[in-house]
Amino acid sequence: MFPTPIEKSSAGVQVAYKTMLPIALILWLLPLISIMVFSIKPDADFTTGNYWGVPSSFEFFTNYGKVFFESDMPRYLLNSLLITIPTVIGCMILSSMTGFALGIYKFRSNLWIFFMFIAGNFVPFQILMVPVRDLTLDMGLYNTIQGLVLFHIAFQTGFCTLFMRNFIRALPFELVEAARVEGISEIRIFWYVIIPLMKPALAAMAVLIFTFIWNDFFWAVVLTQGVESQPVTAGITSFNAQYRAAYHLMSAGSIVAALPPVAMFFLMQKHFIAGLTLGAVK
Amino acid sequence: MTAPALPQSEIKRSWYKRNEIAVTPWLFLIPGVLFFIVYVIAPIFQSVGISFTEWDGLGDPVNVGLANYAELFDDDAFYTSLRNNLIWLVLYLLAIPAGLLIALLLNQTVFGIRLYKSLFFFPFVISQVVVGLVFTWFYDPTFGLFNVALSWIGLGPVNVLGDENYVTYGIIAAGLWPQTAYCMILYLTGLNAVDPEQIEAGRLDGAKGMRMLWHVVIPQLKPATFIAFVVTIIGALRSFDLISIMTNGGPFGESRVLSFYMFEVALSEYGFRMGYGAAIAVVLFLIMLCFIVYFLWSMYQEERGR
Repeated sequence: MFPTPIEKSSAGVQVAYKTMLPIALILWLLPLISIMVFSIKPDADFTTGNYWGVPSSFEFFTNYGKVFFESDMPRYLLNSLLITIPTVIGCMILSSMTGFALGIYKFRSNLWIFFMFIAGNFVPFQILMVPVRDLTLDMGLYNTIQGLVLFHIAFQTGFCTLFMRNFIRALPFELVEAARVEGISEIRIFWYVIIPLMKPALAAMAVLIFTFIWNDFFWAVVLTQGVESQPVTAGITSFNAQYRAAYHLMSAGSIVAALPPVAMFFLMQKHFIAGLTLGAVK
Repeated sequence: MTAPALPQSEIKRSWYKRNEIAVTPWLFLIPGVLFFIVYVIAPIFQSVGISFTEWDGLGDPVNVGLANYAELFDDDAFYTSLRNNLIWLVLYLLAIPAGLLIALLLNQTVFGIRLYKSLFFFPFVISQVVVGLVFTWFYDPTFGLFNVALSWIGLGPVNVLGDENYVTYGIIAAGLWPQTAYCMILYLTGLNAVDPEQIEAGRLDGAKGMRMLWHVVIPQLKPATFIAFVVTIIGALRSFDLISIMTNGGPFGESRVLSFYMFEVALSEYGFRMGYGAAIAVVLFLIMLCFIVYFLWSMYQEERGR
């Protein structure tokens, strides 16, 4: 193990390390901690200039209550869910298929199609912006949730295919051969042999895509514009315009907007990290 | 053992059955590939086409040849954006050593270390929009913690986001926060896989500290470094959310990067100049293409090595 385990050093060093950890963590998360403090402060603290002092009263319920009951926030959150969940499902379906095709079969254009997916996944969004917006307008899906979902599914399929294909490649190929010898059709191999083995990869991917899509801002701005379809990342700017300089409410709103992926991460931490490393670092 | 005679049905098997192994991959690929081509691959070429036209997004595009690119040559805002993009690219790479440093600090087995690791990773999970807001307040000249800290060491308040000399660096620092967390997690996973025998062998040879890190550990972290490099470069060139939230390109357009400038030209109050926007996007794409080719080439080498 590198660096040398701390247990092997002197007691002094161990104590120093253990006190350093929480201090470093607090410094690292300071910007976040500050908005958490903001979000429970009363309005009055900001007018009197008590930014960093102890909150003069604990207004957690008032502030978050306002966010949930007196603003468009719930609607934005719902939109985000309606965008994120279908995208995750769509990506799982499409990429388990493409991943299967590219991971199991050997044919001449295999690597080229794989590289097409990877390369497409790396392009800057701006090169797609004008045509995709135009296409969405033409289909009558501008400013709709479906329009955004369709694009997200298509774009994320690139990343998901990379992910799935590499995972399937690492499975023992003998399984497929054995199934073929038994005379099982290819489609049934996909369904009964490969899919059950892919469950951990699908879980990892689902968590990742959920986070990516929930946090997307650019496409939300390009393809939607109103309360009826904008996700929370885009909605928060109008929320902030509504509550300009009401820092306690803006902080509470930001925390609410950031929470779902955070919850997802803590619930599915193992899968999340397996996913981030693209399976390349075991 | 006698070979059984082929049953009659075997000969009359359907075309699909006879070609099953050759046909199945294509059946599975069609939906994904089709979607991807319509929404990702084709638009790249369409954008290149649009960049040779003058188009407001509504009427018919008018062909103007290379006029948009010629205009780029004399556009100060374009050069500012390009310069900022380079600054982003270079400084964003700091996330890699910073991530490695934190990973090395946290790669211990003391009580509660798992929770520490997750909390250090935390900034990456948060939307860039929220990161942008948080840092806007962090830098705020009247109450931001940044200036509170500066005043402790006797420095006057600096309006980071309002000062054309600091603004880009201020935004990059905000971007480095989640990106460092990402690199850290990559390295933490990588450090788990470092071969303990090689470390022991290194110790026997008298390697310690930095020498051990440089000659024994870092070479084994190569896969993690590669992914960290890929995601950091892409992240640097995609920087849009933070700029849009924190400064909206200002002050005086000094914090623009190509991705933001393109959006401004094509879809905001600057008018709907799709052709000019597409030309900027093409430049950004060409920069990215250098990296894409390098990434793919590296992956190709690896595939052949299998």
